[in-house]
Amino acid sequence: MVELRRRYGAAPWHLLLLLGCFAVAGWIALRLAGEPTAGRMLLWFLGAVVVHDLVLFPAYALVDRALRATLARGRPSTGGPAARRSRRPSALNHVRVPALAAGLVFLVYLPGVLGLGDGTYSAATGLQPRPLLARWLALTGVLFAASAAVYVLRWLRQPGRGAGPAAGGPGPR
Amino acid sequence: MPATPPPPGPADPRPETGYAGPGAAAGDAGRPAAGTDAAEQTGPDAAEQTGPDRRYAAPARWWRALDRHRPPGADAVADAWRSPVRGPWLTSVLGAVLLVTLPVVLVTGLLDWIAYGPRLDQAFPRGVGWLRPPAFDWPARPAWLFRLTQGLHVTLGIVLVPVVLAKLWSVLPKLFAWPPARSVAQVLERLSLLLLVGGILFETVTGLLNVQYAYLFGFDFYTAHWYGAWVFTAALVTHVVIKLPRMVAALRGPGFRRTPVARTGPEPADSDGLVARRPGPATMSRRGVLALTGGAAALLAALTVGQSLDGPLRRTALLLPRGRQPGDGPNGFPVNRTAAAAGIRPEETGQGWRLTLRAGGRTVDLDRSALLAMAQHTARLPISCVEGWSTSQVWTGVRLRDLATLVGAAERAVARVGSLERTGLFRQAALTAGQVRDPDSLLALRVNGVDLSPDHGFPARVIVPALPGVHCTKWVREITFAGVDGG
Repeated sequence: MVELRRRYGAAPWHLLLLLGCFAVAGWIALRLAGEPTAGRMLLWFLGAVVVHDLVLFPAYALVDRALRATLARGRPSTGGPAARRSRRPSALNHVRVPALAAGLVFLVYLPGVLGLGDGTYSAATGLQPRPLLARWLALTGVLFAASAAVYVLRWLRQPGRGAGPAAGGPGPR
Repeated sequence: MPATPPPPGPADPRPETGYAGPGAAAGDAGRPAAGTDAAEQTGPDAAEQTGPDRRYAAPARWWRALDRHRPPGADAVADAWRSPVRGPWLTSVLGAVLLVTLPVVLVTGLLDWIAYGPRLDQAFPRGVGWLRPPAFDWPARPAWLFRLTQGLHVTLGIVLVPVVLAKLWSVLPKLFAWPPARSVAQVLERLSLLLLVGGILFETVTGLLNVQYAYLFGFDFYTAHWYGAWVFTAALVTHVVIKLPRMVAALRGPGFRRTPVARTGPEPADSDGLVARRPGPATMSRRGVLALTGGAAALLAALTVGQSLDGPLRRTALLLPRGRQPGDGPNGFPVNRTAAAAGIRPEETGQGWRLTLRAGGRTVDLDRSALLAMAQHTARLPISCVEGWSTSQVWTGVRLRDLATLVGAAERAVARVGSLERTGLFRQAALTAGQVRDPDSLLALRVNGVDLSPDHGFPARVIVPALPGVHCTKWVREITFAGVDGG
């Protein structure tokens, strides 16, 4: 047992557990291998991981980095003592939060917003699809406007509060 | 910037998050940074350990060589993770939320499959082998049962998207960590994580596309979503068994106390390598990250629940295809398939239409006026679709059990309902004896006080409490009572 542990790198139950997991996945793969669309399923399964890890994540991380760099310009340093002394609260999260919310909403309702299912929808229901892109844009506008309003409020309430707790809060949801 | 930064340690003057609380034993600030090869966690017994440690397993020479052959950029990548809030505590909080909620999505998904009636061979996918929950006859009570299970499945699945994304964000540095493994155990565990992450993303993407009618993927949704769920479940169980002790330990971390952003600092370096080697200044507190995640989930909930509600609130599902009432009148509730789409010709549903009842060699033909002359029953029942929307309406018609009695069907007979529709997956559906015998199970002729519209199944449709919408057959042509139900 100790020898297995040393060679394998974890306890025996760890190996058993993982073999069980792969047995299930392997059985499913074998079962689906006969499907004519099995290749597409595999492609979407692996593609989802690749798109999330190597496209979506780097994209939003880079946008965030660019945003931080832009907003840090003209400010001594984000979150540092100098920033806390400056009169203007950090706008970072007031851009970040509505941007993340709008991006998430776009991602989740993307088929509708881009009208990708319009044909099927009309055929099934006999209804004209509604222009959801305009709604998403309006919702995005509302999110940014609400965030900006909260920012202005914070700015107005800022003077006289000293290096108070208001510096760089999470902003509105 | 130095290529090899000093490990964050006690020398770092950065303020801590007030982590010196009761859980301080969970990690000591003096622990070597991630990447330093140290055999920590020399617990009393090897079985105490919750997973692979940082030592090299056999053949140690190979694993060490892999570690030393760092690809160009490995250090730059390791230093590029700057967020000071990443760490075991945040990951564990998000993990705990998913540990409680994801099983609800999985179980309601399986219940939806059972609601389709695997014992009547009409659950999709068919013939799933041993990998299936124990099937039982889907009850007709409570009437809102299917509305609840499928509504929960779809709504919770959507609401959890930001939590899943935040969880993935919190652990992403590990994907790029070098070495990728120090033992066979770690290689296998990382492969299982591919199944875990692939599984949740595949299920989310196929589900989101399905509820929005965008069948871009070109494979059968039911088959893919079903087997994808099992791959995910297997990987999730594996992951939870391996990580649960670590999650419980890490939850003793910084805690939910309010910490100003300026005083938010990293957790002590952890053996998992989640904590940044070179953390930057905090721009959001941990509470802020959780509030943002929770707020995003709440926003999605607000934009989704509408499709399960009636009245003006339905319109709050702003961006979903079912967030609207197609019309104003008594027949103005959502249609899943129009008469035109089903190829129903007006002459088939006119004066010449007959309902044929069959049981044990007997046949009874009824026209619509004969049906209207029978005892009429009215019930308010929901109609719910697997695509996540539902609506409650007042239906009037003949009880199915009265029709069964009329044709002399056996008490425990299964009903097979056929539609005028010639093509389509749901042109026929079977009902269990329990569903046939429920007092609110109707062959509906009218809805909300008027005749059914063609799109809602005129001249007659089935409506059964807690039955999936697609099995509430429209434009009914015949009902055959046959066999004895499984019990």
